[in-house]
Amino acid sequence: MSVAVDHGRIAKRFAALKAEGRAGLVTFITAGDPDLETCRAVLHGLPAAGADLIELGLPFSDPMADGPAIQAASLRALHAGTTARKTLDLVRGFRETDADTPVILMGYYNPIHAYGVDRFLADAIAAGVDGLIVVDLPPEEDEELCIPALKAGVNFIRLATPTTDDKRLPAVLQNTSGFVYYVSIAGITGAASADNAAVGAAVERLKRHTDLPVAVGFGIKTPEQAADVARVADAAVVGSAIVTRLAGGLDADGKARPGLAEDVLGFVRELAGGVRGARV
Amino acid sequence: MTRPNTYRSGPDERGHFGIYGGRFVAETLMPLILEVEKAYREARADPAFDGAIREHLKQYVGRPNPLYYAERLTEKLGGAKIYFKREELNHTGAHKINNCIGQILLARRMGKKRIIAETGAGQHGVATATVCALFDMPCVIYMGETDIARQQPNVFRMKLLGAEVVPVTSGARTLKDAMNEALRDWVTNVADTYYLIGTAAGPHPYPAMVRDFQSVIGDEVRVQMQELEGRLPDSLVACVGGGSNAIGLFHPFLDDPSVQMVAVEAAGHGIDKGPLAHAASITGGRPGVLHGNRTYLLQDEDGQILEGHSISAGLDYPGVGPEHSWLHDIGRVEYVSATDQETLDAFQLCARTEGIIPALESAHALAEIVKRAPKLPKDHLMVLCLSGRGDKDIFSVAQHLGVKL
Repeated sequence: MSVAVDHGRIAKRFAALKAEGRAGLVTFITAGDPDLETCRAVLHGLPAAGADLIELGLPFSDPMADGPAIQAASLRALHAGTTARKTLDLVRGFRETDADTPVILMGYYNPIHAYGVDRFLADAIAAGVDGLIVVDLPPEEDEELCIPALKAGVNFIRLATPTTDDKRLPAVLQNTSGFVYYVSIAGITGAASADNAAVGAAVERLKRHTDLPVAVGFGIKTPEQAADVARVADAAVVGSAIVTRLAGGLDADGKARPGLAEDVLGFVRELAGGVRGARV
Repeated sequence: MTRPNTYRSGPDERGHFGIYGGRFVAETLMPLILEVEKAYREARADPAFDGAIREHLKQYVGRPNPLYYAERLTEKLGGAKIYFKREELNHTGAHKINNCIGQILLARRMGKKRIIAETGAGQHGVATATVCALFDMPCVIYMGETDIARQQPNVFRMKLLGAEVVPVTSGARTLKDAMNEALRDWVTNVADTYYLIGTAAGPHPYPAMVRDFQSVIGDEVRVQMQELEGRLPDSLVACVGGGSNAIGLFHPFLDDPSVQMVAVEAAGHGIDKGPLAHAASITGGRPGVLHGNRTYLLQDEDGQILEGHSISAGLDYPGVGPEHSWLHDIGRVEYVSATDQETLDAFQLCARTEGIIPALESAHALAEIVKRAPKLPKDHLMVLCLSGRGDKDIFSVAQHLGVKL
């Protein structure tokens, strides 16, 4: 099932980026990290700081594909009382201030399963969610959420990885919409970084199989690395580095110190500078 | 729900037992899962693979182990005739080794160079470290810090066997976190590493593969009972955490309608004491998706996984193998539970009447026998899977009994 014409915010944003002749910056933060109030301040500031698309982590107790930084963020958010419903509330609040920046929820299946797939999709659309990335739903399980999401009009963004060979790639791309997220290393989030040549070759390989934009993530920590990726891909995704920056603004009790949101947004501005200056 | 023609044909080609099971893993792991599935399918069709397993089970593990008539316990309870399937007499002291022999032979067949595993109580870790020593393969065992503290003898045993034991400090620092960490290792070391899962759970093909390797338990019981009594047993009782010893005992009998099956979950302080007081995923949980499969899970309203409690570190996993979830829903197997206290009582009863110190895991099944056997006629043949020996548990039992060692 492929979506012939996609009128969603994600497609519009990538079309606009293409028109500008530059790559986009996709930023990840975990919903409710370190608390809902602080998270809201960061979230609302992201577009002005240069985030072109926003990934919002739906916290889960057992994030088995994530490294220590995002695991800790998930636990902070859960301790602060974040739920799937409150995550959707955050998106709804964001949509009141920003009608254009795509918001993609990223997480694991069980919280959505517990919420109920149909009800979750309806509430997500009502809140202004544009896409879903669900780490533990490979194409083999498309009937669970991917196909219902596409039918409901929510983009389902799939991860392609270095272990996804040419034989498997068509299956991975088949029901993918919005963009393809290329995981540049075999590993967990926030670990090692891939080398530029390998990323460039991987993006080219994906482009031979799909017309969708390709975003690259995992292991991008600095504006320079973001710029390197922006030279070869349609977008660079930064997650662990932002979350780590946020964690650096917590006091000994895990509470946000004054100025945390501004500091995180400052870092996002640096990353955006890297991405925007990449193709001059 | 309609009754299927056979209960033994699952899973389907996508790894489903009814609505349970499946392959809920990250894309990076998916090609590996498919590789394991293909390799296992080919291995099963190869008589040499089966021959190698049988040889190792006989010469190294010491199978077949006895189906032992527990005469004193039978007299004491005054009802059903009780037999113990003596898995605790296996090399390494538990049923876990059956599966490890099968999987290490598969890993070698696949040309893998490095083995990783998770462990809770340490029995699977010890069994994995054992086969890795035997086959000279590097072995990394992930174990929660909390479990490391309460299972020191097994930690030392693994190290003696040459394994590296990595303390897991994420989450609640117990078995589920060890499994998360093992998955993180696997996703990072995809090329050379084989993940040797210890129970009949995880993504397809693990639940079916582990079941197949453990089915030697039930296969032997069938032959031995025929020799001893000239007929099938009337009931089978086993404990369930992930459920590998139970499915191994049950599976060969699923299509024998006269054979009743009872699986015993860990009720901890009591199922009525709230979701954090027990580890009974089926009795006290609901279906969800974790660690690669859909199954009954201990979870809150928002789908966050809860940390179960049991006196037995081998049972306090918040999930259960998917085939058990299916067998529960269709009603082929009865799922009950035993509390910590009932387990401690059965543990001591077994030690004093039979001279066997059972693992706390197996003592859960014993607790059910204590409740059930007296109400049954003397010609009722009941088989308990004595899945492991209790030496590893004497420290925690002493603590619960208020004894200082």
